[in-house]
Amino acid sequence: MHVPDGFINTPVSVAAGVVAAGAVAVSLRGARRELAGAGSGALAGADRTAPLAGLVAAFVFAVQMLNFPVAAGTSGHLLGGALAAILVGPYTGVLCISVVLLMQGLLFADGGLTALGVNISVMGVVTVLVAYAVFRGLLAVLPRTRRSVTVASFAGALVSVPAAAAAFTALYAVGGTADVSLGKVLTAMVGVHTLIGIGEAAITAATVGAVLAVRPDLVHGARGLTAPLRLRVGGELVEAPAAAPAPAAARSTRTFLAAGLGTALVLAGIVSFYASASPDGLEKVAADQGIDATVEEHAAKDSPLADYGVKDVDDARLSGGLAGVIGVGATVVVGSGIFWAVRRRSADAPAPAPAATSGGAA
Amino acid sequence: MGAGHAHRLYRSGNSPVHRLPPHCKLAAVFAFVVVVVSTPREAVWAFGGYAVLLAGVAATARIPAGFVLRRLLIEIPFVAFAVLMPFVAEGERTEVLGLSLSVSGLWGAWNVLAKGTLGVAASVLLAGTTELRELLLGLQRLRLPAQLVQIASFMIRYGDVITDEMRRMSIARRSRGFEARGVRHWGVLAKTAGALFIRSYERGERVHLAMVSRGYTGTMPVIDDVTASRAQWAHAAALPAAALAVCLIGRTL
Repeated sequence: MHVPDGFINTPVSVAAGVVAAGAVAVSLRGARRELAGAGSGALAGADRTAPLAGLVAAFVFAVQMLNFPVAAGTSGHLLGGALAAILVGPYTGVLCISVVLLMQGLLFADGGLTALGVNISVMGVVTVLVAYAVFRGLLAVLPRTRRSVTVASFAGALVSVPAAAAAFTALYAVGGTADVSLGKVLTAMVGVHTLIGIGEAAITAATVGAVLAVRPDLVHGARGLTAPLRLRVGGELVEAPAAAPAPAAARSTRTFLAAGLGTALVLAGIVSFYASASPDGLEKVAADQGIDATVEEHAAKDSPLADYGVKDVDDARLSGGLAGVIGVGATVVVGSGIFWAVRRRSADAPAPAPAATSGGAA
Repeated sequence: MGAGHAHRLYRSGNSPVHRLPPHCKLAAVFAFVVVVVSTPREAVWAFGGYAVLLAGVAATARIPAGFVLRRLLIEIPFVAFAVLMPFVAEGERTEVLGLSLSVSGLWGAWNVLAKGTLGVAASVLLAGTTELRELLLGLQRLRLPAQLVQIASFMIRYGDVITDEMRRMSIARRSRGFEARGVRHWGVLAKTAGALFIRSYERGERVHLAMVSRGYTGTMPVIDDVTASRAQWAHAAALPAAALAVCLIGRTL
């Protein structure tokens, strides 16, 4: 998804560069705050930013090389924006992704130098901000358990990738140099990246869960979770009565959630299998639409997903699967969100509310 | 991590291009790419001129053509996209070898291919003639925020360490009979990524403490400041200036 030179015209590239520079400047300031108080006390201050952010950037760089086999020889890899945002916080996330993109552009010639602003704006800023906003929004509604952190990171990553694709389409609409209609670009980009987003979401959620299990204090998005636990250790190691109902509630929803996520995963695998029939789904979708002239009218009046359904048989399978997976993912997220919100209201409304706001402020 | 490690994209040499101060090279490459991108796509011959200019730089730096061409392969995904563009774009259509192609799509494909390739080639030449540390020094000289340069330098310095850590994890997995074949194995791989994050973060904390104990206060001392003479700037400016001349001629013709 690295945009090369010449894909977006000069004025829009400059504007995106200004946006990216501003975002990086803000992030530099914010990252200092985020990285200051992760593990140790107030003694370690602003000087922690560079080593920690640098190592996290190296981690993002490395984890992008970790291949996740999908099926039949195809494999994908993590984009890392949502993961970085949840693990180390949005400011550090933007910073790390930007540095990775800068180095990829300079050293590996991956992504054009003049398109650096576009790349940072789309892949760094939009991905991280959307992922973190969705993550935070869900956490505010869900009960304060580890499981809901995983669910929220799934949703955040799931939304962030198509959002970045939509942002790219918006930039393309203003300053694209190729003469391909907007509807086609939007359909192809968002459609394909929804598929990618499902994989990204599953891997991100699993990775966040793995870190949560070992070092929950390191997960920036779950800092609110560890605070009440630490207080209790000071007195006695016995579980407080307030914590007792939480596992019971989690258990009943755990199977429901596991089933939902499992279904989404299986479907993601099946759909990706069909998508793997063509090396790159983006090109295939674009080509199909170019040949089929009637699609144009549908693209104008329907949503991208509806447009996805209007195609030949081979693609109908893919579109059906895609719609199914999106439906499952959305149902899991929305359904469990409402379920938990209602449950929390009725069961233990007053206790977690202040913790939620303090977690949001951190 | 030790000294003397050059990245594999770097080709050591002692040519005039290698000797140029890094910030001059960075500025020159950036200016060159800006000129290339703002050239109208109808000026077909101008892009040939740019290619000749880059070939001249490569010859001066004594970088073989094969090295540059092999590195150009990174562009392949966008070549695939560009090849499809004539089929999906609108506008009037023309017949080429019995295929109906869009004229504007052909122009768009040419535009992306030419500008993208020139941009990649310029970046490859920059990375091939500039050491990593020099590159970072150059960025600092170009007034990139010091904090950002530090983060980039930590990333570069520990990138190989973290990648090797990941490789060791992969060897450990495989030596225990694990083979990732499909979605079912994502859990294991995700745990690897999680462990890698924890190790990276903890390494960052250790590095920070080690640096603090050696007197680090948040800024790095500048040991070898690179300065550029007027002549060096002039040499570096030769590439973008020539490109600008080509561009202006291309616009007027």
